[in-house]
Amino acid sequence: MAREIDRQIIGDLRDNGIDFVTSVPCKQLAGVIELVDQTDGILHVPCNKEDEGMGLCAGAYMGGMRPLIMMQNTALGVTLNSLATLIQFYQIPLPMLISYRGEVGEPVACQVEMALHTKALLAQFHIPTYHFHKAEDVAELPGILQHTQMCSKPTAILTDASFWGSAK
Amino acid sequence: MIRYELLDLLKPTLTEELVVCNIGSPSQELHALDDQPSNFYMLGTMGLASSIGLGLAMATDKKVIAIDGDGSVLTNLGTLATIGNNPCDNFILLIVDNGSYGSTGDQPTYTGGRTSLAKVAEACGCENVVECSAEETPEALRAALDANRMTVIVSKCESGNVKCPVITMNPITIRERFMREVAR
Repeated sequence: MAREIDRQIIGDLRDNGIDFVTSVPCKQLAGVIELVDQTDGILHVPCNKEDEGMGLCAGAYMGGMRPLIMMQNTALGVTLNSLATLIQFYQIPLPMLISYRGEVGEPVACQVEMALHTKALLAQFHIPTYHFHKAEDVAELPGILQHTQMCSKPTAILTDASFWGSAK
Repeated sequence: MIRYELLDLLKPTLTEELVVCNIGSPSQELHALDDQPSNFYMLGTMGLASSIGLGLAMATDKKVIAIDGDGSVLTNLGTLATIGNNPCDNFILLIVDNGSYGSTGDQPTYTGGRTSLAKVAEACGCENVVECSAEETPEALRAALDANRMTVIVSKCESGNVKCPVITMNPITIRERFMREVAR
């Protein structure tokens, strides 16, 4: 069931021209994915794997759309090559709204394993990274979306359990 | 008939359409045979030609042909389900199926064995799937373009490559001149 925070995020995406979204679900992103599916003006095309999603986004961008991918941080492992050789090499702006699993509040121990590597991998790949930990951090989203277009890079927006837990 | 001969045969058909071409030998051969601003060459990222093509077709009214390979589609098999469930009538996926990984030395893929990508595509929900010989492919592609229906063509070729230069064009140049063609 979508909440106020999900509506705010979708509103920010629309206001900043995002009109193509691909996603692989995560519990924390369930509300925002449910909502994006019902949003006029945003084409939502679920993908089966996140690197496939990056291909869809690259194509949509070259067709004149403004894409965004929703994914879990565990998927970084399968997207690194696509990020380096497609999104970065061809300079395609791509905000990644990432469910940051494995942080405080995480019930599944295995999720912590990729959480440990998430920021290090993003730093290694020189991907501008923003961490939403408290509900009010969402206020940065419009600026991040504009920054992504300005610099034509992939950017990572990590949203952890505390963020989703504290948001209404 | 090998891929290079097929691409040569397709030259008269690939005129107005936007072409997204698979990494390695396919892009190098197409670039050597028929370089056009309407060609998007993948310089890396194996497996994503069909996904880039589908994303592009969703964003433009122009006709989009993704030239992919059997090995490349096998590495991104989920793409056929995405394509089958999101039909775009301006999109054609042309799989050059030579049963081998051409760019890496013609090692066999499973489509040379028991796997049929045409049947996989059908099972994934793609409604118009054509399997044909390389010789029949120009006609199949022309028919698919004229039909204005999303089509997956599996073109059965022989294994083999023609040595062509590596593409040294800057990736931003490839993308920008391609995007100008999209917007034209």
